[in-house]
Amino acid sequence: MMGAVATLQALVAEGVDTIFGYPGGAIIPIYDALYDFKDSLNHVLVRHEQGGIHAAQGYARSSGRVGVALATSGPGATNLVTGLADALIDSTPLVCITGQVFAHLLGTDAFQETDIINITTPVTKWNYQVTRAEEIPEALAKAFYIARSGRPGPVLVDITKNAQMQTFEAPAYAPCTHIRSYRPAPMVRKEYIAQAAALINSAKRPFILWGQGVVLGRAEREFREFVEKSGIPAAWTILGVGALATGHPLNVGMLGMHGNYGPNVLTNECDVLIAIGMRFDDRVTGRLDKYAKQAQVVHLDIDPTEIDKNVKTTVPVWGDCKETLPLLTALVERREHTAWLARFNDYAAQEVDAVIREELFPASEELTMGEVMQQLNEITGGEAVIVSDVGQHQMVACRYARQNQSRSHVTSGGLGTMGFALPAAIGAKFGAPHRPVVAVIGDGGFQMTIQELGTIMQTGVDVKIIILNNQFLGMVRQWQELFHQRRYSFVDIQSPDFVAVAAGYRIAGQRVGDRAELRPALEKMLAHPGSFLLEVMVTKENNIFPMVPQGCSVAEIRLR
Amino acid sequence: MSPEPADRQEYNITAYTENQVGLLNRIAIIFSRRKINIESLNVSPSEIEGIHRFNIVIVETEEVVEKLAKQIEKQVEVLKVYFNTNADVIWQEMALYKVPTDVIAEKVLVERLLRENGARAVVIRKDYTVFETTGHREETDNLIRALQPYGLIEFVRSARIAIIKASDGFHRKLQEFERREPSEEVAENEFLNDREQVFTM
Repeated sequence: MMGAVATLQALVAEGVDTIFGYPGGAIIPIYDALYDFKDSLNHVLVRHEQGGIHAAQGYARSSGRVGVALATSGPGATNLVTGLADALIDSTPLVCITGQVFAHLLGTDAFQETDIINITTPVTKWNYQVTRAEEIPEALAKAFYIARSGRPGPVLVDITKNAQMQTFEAPAYAPCTHIRSYRPAPMVRKEYIAQAAALINSAKRPFILWGQGVVLGRAEREFREFVEKSGIPAAWTILGVGALATGHPLNVGMLGMHGNYGPNVLTNECDVLIAIGMRFDDRVTGRLDKYAKQAQVVHLDIDPTEIDKNVKTTVPVWGDCKETLPLLTALVERREHTAWLARFNDYAAQEVDAVIREELFPASEELTMGEVMQQLNEITGGEAVIVSDVGQHQMVACRYARQNQSRSHVTSGGLGTMGFALPAAIGAKFGAPHRPVVAVIGDGGFQMTIQELGTIMQTGVDVKIIILNNQFLGMVRQWQELFHQRRYSFVDIQSPDFVAVAAGYRIAGQRVGDRAELRPALEKMLAHPGSFLLEVMVTKENNIFPMVPQGCSVAEIRLR
Repeated sequence: MSPEPADRQEYNITAYTENQVGLLNRIAIIFSRRKINIESLNVSPSEIEGIHRFNIVIVETEEVVEKLAKQIEKQVEVLKVYFNTNADVIWQEMALYKVPTDVIAEKVLVERLLRENGARAVVIRKDYTVFETTGHREETDNLIRALQPYGLIEFVRSARIAIIKASDGFHRKLQEFERREPSEEVAENEFLNDREQVFTM
């Protein structure tokens, strides 16, 4: 069997149905073999390798499966780096396969040769260079196992051209279930579960912070049972959104720099902080030396390196939360923290008065980003997969999008990659084909990967695109306004006629600027068979509040 | 620059790993990313076939070292990481010194020099002689000072190797890995508690 065929057989054996890629010289043998795999592997030809890997990320995030991206050597491979970094920090399971020059040319500065293994080492969970065909099945088996197990992450397998072309006696494909030196999940220690439960039961003002770990562990049900039995208010990080429905009475909102008022202020008043599958990112904690100093901390995480990394724990609960949460739920007392929960609700009411009402139901003539999300919520009923890019619109989308179910919001959380949303939305639709997928993108980010409209055109994938156009690089402009004396340095960005650009790609579109047009346009977009681009002209200089200014404590969150 | 934390000291990080191309880089960037300098690095096969042992020396606080150890252990091909202060290990460095034979023979009481510095001659040729000493940094430094006046041609010192005083080796630990049982502790040295039962120098 040829190495290239073995590569594709491994993908099929791992249950892969869709791959995102771009051919090139050093990966031609695999593409040649792909010609015969059309029935089992749907290959999506993207317009740029960055688009390919972001699409694979979107696929992985919406489906919960491993995303797969293919690229050639040299520039093809280096174009994957941003997506790898994004996937590593957001714990997204990916297997990237890159072509490489012939093994005998390695290190000779051959045409389209880069040392992609060393380039990607800091941004992969694991990587490996294959130089002989015999290595392919085992390398890919390990790659899939490592990508999806434990704390998931991106893996890169680099395959030299000779290895793709060599024929060898291929054994039956054996999935990997164990690597001697790799422990995906630490052993659960019952004594810590007991200590954690005792601490939680003794708390007067306990507070839950949850992150994507709940989603990655597929522990949404276990998490809801824990929250409901313990009666503890719970707030989410940007990637945790949707693990508990946004409308749930104990869901008190979003944490962090542009999170909700109450959860941020009350972080510094709770007595026991229960962090579940979240990593105390600086955007969540603000100043660490003023973060929840009064609280005893229980931290549940599958990754031992996250415990005590930023915030010192009182009780560490190592393990997969799918396993640890039920153990904890069994030991916690059924409680209702009525007065404490009421404090969150009081702050929420203040936030509605100061920020939210005006954002969602503005008195001014100009459209706001918030009202677009509000209208979208009403039409979709919180059932759509929202894919947001990076910037002000992202914060609005995260704050205001209603989410009834998990895996409903795909966004670049840790890396903050502009240009993420358009390709990620394409991938998200392939990963969740029966759900409506709505990409919400700023005018800046859209232009970073605008070429992926070509992928939409060619595949006919049904992605609804909302461009929230404020004619600025809005988040940077907001910082310049608030912290740099309104010196608007290079944030005034001109855009093409997006609807005309979409038309050039045979994608329907509309541009709106008046309130009266918004609702009908959104309805038209969602009813449209196939992709649709809706450009919404919104207020130019609108700020996202509340905000924890950088270097401030979370309790110093500003409403204005 | 921020002032040096007072509790920084030399730590010996011991990592047991698979013998894998590229792993050295993966481990090295854990330090370079945080702008931590590696004072000494030695990689060699361990007492168990196929498993390599890294000895890495850095000057840092315990808190930082503990986090680094966890990050190293998180790498797929790393089996186990320990970290110890100098007091908890027996460590050695080896040094080689090349000097002109004629000068040494003429001017130095070689026997005394060797005795005083615990050194031995490795090679004696007409044109040069190579001495070797093994020990702590100050011990190997002493012979440099003694030889410098006599035209020290070349000097080289090895990385540090260290044996953890309270360790009973890695075999048992490896058996645990083979049984797929994750170890209980994360990064701390489990043998430290029964240190007294172990012979110390």
